[in-house]
Amino acid sequence: MTDSKYFTTTKKGEIFELKSELNSDKKEKKKEAVKKVIASMTVGKDVSALFPDVVNCMQTDNLELKKLVYLYLMNYAKSQPDMAIMAVNTFVKDCEDSNPLIRALAVRTMGCIRVDKITEYLCEPLRKCLKDEDPYVRKTAAVCVAKLYDISSSMVEDQGFLDQLKDLLSDSNPMVVANAVAALSEINEASVSGRPLVEMNAPTINKLLTALNECTEWGQVFILDALSNYSPRDAREAHSICERITPRLAHANAAVVLSAVKVLMKLMEMVSADTELVSTLSRKLAPPLVTLLSAEPEVQYVALRNINLVVQKRPDILKHEMKVFFVKYNDPIYVKLEKLDIMIRLASQANIAQVLGELKEYATEVDVDFVRKAVRAIGRCAIKVEPSAERCVSTLLELIQTKVNYVVQEAIVVIKDIFRKYPNKYESIISTLCENLDTLDEPEARASMVWIVGEYAERIDNADELLDSFLEGFHDENAQVQLQLLTAVVKLFLKRPADTQELVQHVLSLATQDSDNPDLRDRGFIYWRLLSTDPAAAKEVVLADKPLISEETDLLEPTLLDELICHISSLASVYHKPPTAFVEGRGAGVRKSLPSRGVVAEETSTQQPTVIPNQESLIGDLLSMDIGGPPPAPAPSSNVDLLAGGLDVLLGGGPEPGASAAAVPGGASGLLGDIFAVSAAPASYVPPKQCWLPADKGKGLEIWGTFSRQNGQPRMEMTFTNKAMQPMTGFAIQLNKNSFGVYPVGGLAVGAVGAGAGAEAALPLATHGPVQRMDPLNNLQVAIKNNIDVFYFACLIPAHILFTEDGQLDKRVFLTTWKEIPAANEVQHTLSNVVGTADSIAQKMTLNNIFTIAKRNVEGQDMLYQSLKLTNNIWVLLELKLQPGNPEATLSLKSRTVEVATCIFQAYEAIIKS
Amino acid sequence: MIHSLFIINPSGDVFLEKHWRSVIPRSVCDYYLEAQRASPNDVPPVLAAPHHYLISIHRGGVALVAVCKQEVAPLFVIEFLHRVVDTFQDYFSDCTETIIKENYVVVYELLDEMLDNGFPLATESNILKELIKPPNILRTIANTVTGKSNVSSTLPSGQLSNVPWRRSGVKYANNEAYFDVVEEVDAIIDKSGATVNAEIQGYIDCCIKLSGMPDLTLTFVNPRLFDDVSFHPCVRFKRWEAERILSFIPPDGNFRLMSYHIGSQSVVAIPIYVRHSLTLRSNGDQGRLDLTVGPKQTMGRTLENVALEICMPKCVLNCCLTANQGKYSYDPVSKMLLWDIGRIELPKLPNIKGSVSVVSGADTTGASPSINVHFTIPQLAVSGLRVSRLDMYGAKYKPFKGVKYVTKAGKFHVRM
Repeated sequence: MTDSKYFTTTKKGEIFELKSELNSDKKEKKKEAVKKVIASMTVGKDVSALFPDVVNCMQTDNLELKKLVYLYLMNYAKSQPDMAIMAVNTFVKDCEDSNPLIRALAVRTMGCIRVDKITEYLCEPLRKCLKDEDPYVRKTAAVCVAKLYDISSSMVEDQGFLDQLKDLLSDSNPMVVANAVAALSEINEASVSGRPLVEMNAPTINKLLTALNECTEWGQVFILDALSNYSPRDAREAHSICERITPRLAHANAAVVLSAVKVLMKLMEMVSADTELVSTLSRKLAPPLVTLLSAEPEVQYVALRNINLVVQKRPDILKHEMKVFFVKYNDPIYVKLEKLDIMIRLASQANIAQVLGELKEYATEVDVDFVRKAVRAIGRCAIKVEPSAERCVSTLLELIQTKVNYVVQEAIVVIKDIFRKYPNKYESIISTLCENLDTLDEPEARASMVWIVGEYAERIDNADELLDSFLEGFHDENAQVQLQLLTAVVKLFLKRPADTQELVQHVLSLATQDSDNPDLRDRGFIYWRLLSTDPAAAKEVVLADKPLISEETDLLEPTLLDELICHISSLASVYHKPPTAFVEGRGAGVRKSLPSRGVVAEETSTQQPTVIPNQESLIGDLLSMDIGGPPPAPAPSSNVDLLAGGLDVLLGGGPEPGASAAAVPGGASGLLGDIFAVSAAPASYVPPKQCWLPADKGKGLEIWGTFSRQNGQPRMEMTFTNKAMQPMTGFAIQLNKNSFGVYPVGGLAVGAVGAGAGAEAALPLATHGPVQRMDPLNNLQVAIKNNIDVFYFACLIPAHILFTEDGQLDKRVFLTTWKEIPAANEVQHTLSNVVGTADSIAQKMTLNNIFTIAKRNVEGQDMLYQSLKLTNNIWVLLELKLQPGNPEATLSLKSRTVEVATCIFQAYEAIIKS
Repeated sequence: MIHSLFIINPSGDVFLEKHWRSVIPRSVCDYYLEAQRASPNDVPPVLAAPHHYLISIHRGGVALVAVCKQEVAPLFVIEFLHRVVDTFQDYFSDCTETIIKENYVVVYELLDEMLDNGFPLATESNILKELIKPPNILRTIANTVTGKSNVSSTLPSGQLSNVPWRRSGVKYANNEAYFDVVEEVDAIIDKSGATVNAEIQGYIDCCIKLSGMPDLTLTFVNPRLFDDVSFHPCVRFKRWEAERILSFIPPDGNFRLMSYHIGSQSVVAIPIYVRHSLTLRSNGDQGRLDLTVGPKQTMGRTLENVALEICMPKCVLNCCLTANQGKYSYDPVSKMLLWDIGRIELPKLPNIKGSVSVVSGADTTGASPSINVHFTIPQLAVSGLRVSRLDMYGAKYKPFKGVKYVTKAGKFHVRM
């Protein structure tokens, strides 16, 4: 007696058979027939032809039959809108039924029938049901409002259903409250404007918290998610919400636990870091997160993706729980990879021995992807935990000895990174690496190996032979290997010029003449010209010290991380992308951000790792190192930096990047000279001269002037024009006290100026004079005296001439400072008509003592992190957001003395447009 | 929220679809099937299709794929899908393709009752069973005779009460309350026999058949053991926080009262050891395998249902072994060696040894398999947890009470 009997067919055809059965007089037969119809529908057969016959069965007092007919209606009403109208009367009647179950069922089904004509009839019954005496009906009606909104949002707004729904938030029954919250959240999410239609306030939140304890697990998830969108007014309110939510962490339903974690993580931001609450919460958050890892693998996966975020935001929470992330050999691969990622994040000096032991074990597993990631993880540990580097290297060497092809290749890729991080420390292993040269077949591993050979060419006796063997198949190599080969051979040549001349000529001709790859050609030409012009300079350029890799794990960028923390438990947390990046139909304006702590004490320096490139960009970084890498500590007078910087502009920011490639090799010295000439005088931006004193006010004396900064000293540059009929003599200058303590060094070097003649004067300035706050801040009052009179005028000092040369912050310091400065001290400014790439802008800024600390690319946006220091020791931190193709850029500024923002923005804008 | 649900069998056929909103064509499942083809056993639980998100679970040989259109909490969906499977198992005692096909209509009715517009409606088995009676032959016959249906026409009483998990008007002739304390040991033991990681995952499963509205309190001898617990919604959390006792009005029937985790912070007793040696290249194409199993820290109890599973390296062709106890089998295709030992009776230690034939010339370095160990120890909770007493308030009868302890292997791996 099972349902499979519904699938037996007869010769006459199924539909015909069913039709006659549906029209049968016998109730029992009718019901059986409807069941058959439903069964066919379930498997996806088209039974829409039976619509009128099924609808005829609707008028019945048998609830099961009614439900079955409703199921059918929901599926097919859309395709038969005219017929569906027949059902309306029954629905309306059912909404008045004395049985709450039937009332609820009717309103529920009506909402599911997405036919306009039926929707019109839905409003009245729905309004009644929202006020029904039975909570079961009310809670069903609440969901129905969300359904209606999906069909016709204007109807919901016009008919006042939103207000009725809001009223339900204070319903006496927790289940009704939960459903009202769910419906409202969905409506908010779907609202066209992207702005929430219903804002939560403190009394509503209180009601929600009460309902939280009594409603079903799913209701709890809805309420917790709604709470996460609410920002408490102050730390005290946050505190009390935290306390009422904490018990949810012990819920059996993983979704409830994770939603509670989200709210708590968000509210912890509001409470100052040293309070007891934060430490208690940190302690309480660990066990439930660990417990999620003993659930089904699907739950584990989502939990791990979220733990990844939690660990980045608050590493302390799980620092003692390393072991639970150890991989079990029958974990699904998606769980294994996530666990590995978290293991590296938690690795520290205290547990590194254990972690390495595990990683080594994983490197012998069967799954290739997992093994590769494990080998990479060892390298990442070496870079992250400095004291363990030696152990990591020896572990990697052991793995290389296994000769398992993909293990060796991965190991070589990570060893290259280790060399970058700890130069001149582990070179003794190079010979072992060279033994494996022939087995490498993946581009990344080959490129890494070539880099190593080139970098340490002087220690490898047969480096030339090794590289020569690679050159045989030059054209079949991957582009990154070709680029590496080119660079490596040039390095070799510079180190051992005597016996490798032929080799370098060979590779240069391969790169410049036989290659279609513009990158390769360009690099070839540059080396060629460099070598032919000035080998000494070439040596300084190519063999320059490389910036160290600070750390390696691919951490999320802080602002993105903060946003994702607000989205814990959602799809965004699984993809590690903000919802705006992938959820359809979402307004751009609903980005969530962590609440700021406001006036409460600053965070005690939570150890935040520096901004770090991920594996992929690392190799890219390495490859472009010789020409493109941003100079670590620009010293404007050093030749090396000039060239690196100048070439960078030429290659990246120049209007015609192809121009240099088209030039003939050999005859390039002129062009190279130009490059040098251009970059040899990297002038900081000098604003055009302005008329400070017009002739009619200066009794014939006209002064045009501007400010500049040269050799670390600000200067005032002025042009005096005598428009009077008599000569002027005896010039002197005085500056009033000003905000930056600027005063003239030495006198004004202007002699006599004859009638109609002019004179130029440059006045060096110093910046430790008496200070008086001016308005605007950069206002400077000047008095000029000559034989005729004393003239007074005011001018504005462009802020950038006050940026000092030592304004570069260390990455780590930058990050901690950025976090320490309260959000209230952040000012944003939109720059319009920005031209040029991030690199060219960074270049321009460096010339003006605005130093780029890091550059990241996030969702297609370039982010530049910059620092500068004013002469009065005010540090200013900047974040520039650039979107390629968009002339508008956003500049955020953080400083402890935020008053300087305006003049810095002015200066920044002026420089960018120069 | 959840738009649609598709249930897919291992061969990739969609054999059930249910839409709670507009109909989404089943072709959306192609993205899932593609991922399934790529890695049959490891389909990532969250997949993105161009306009939808597919969130899936895999249980009992079928895959449940939920389709969502908007931002949604994936765990919410995953938990719900597991609940769906649990409900099917509760109703039909199993959740397989055949069983679902046999009960299409009930399945459809259930799905409709569990979710409305993508929002969970009724997921408590107690409530569902009042709304839709589970099928059984007797009732089906009775229904045919009397013309009644198995769909209730009254609102379940529990639905809106403060104890939604319990139905009202429960009556039993024999009132019984049974508690099973189950502890699973998850461990990784390294080559040398040292414990890399060991945890206990514990559950208290109940079977409660008590009339009326009983209010129970369960007290433990040593509640301090717990550092991480999660409870059935019926447990009063405040009392647990304050007094460390479990106070609750139980649902009717079988349910999980609490689960707990005793983590890597505390020392976990390892009740079994495996001495192993595997050499793949002792002479020519023959390797040797020698395994001995014995009890350790069992607190005087016997190890039962002991079984070892080893996934041998790819180069192993066959095994020719002799066991002094139990039976072994080797599947040359999946490379799975299974040794079913049964009970360990001291002083005799189960041992298996013999030769292993290896593909000639194969690379055997770096191939170190893991042993997956199964065992149960009756009458022991390895953490030392003990229930001290169960009290009942709110009812006048005297129930029959019982507590059973058992320890099992969870994910217990020994590396070779």
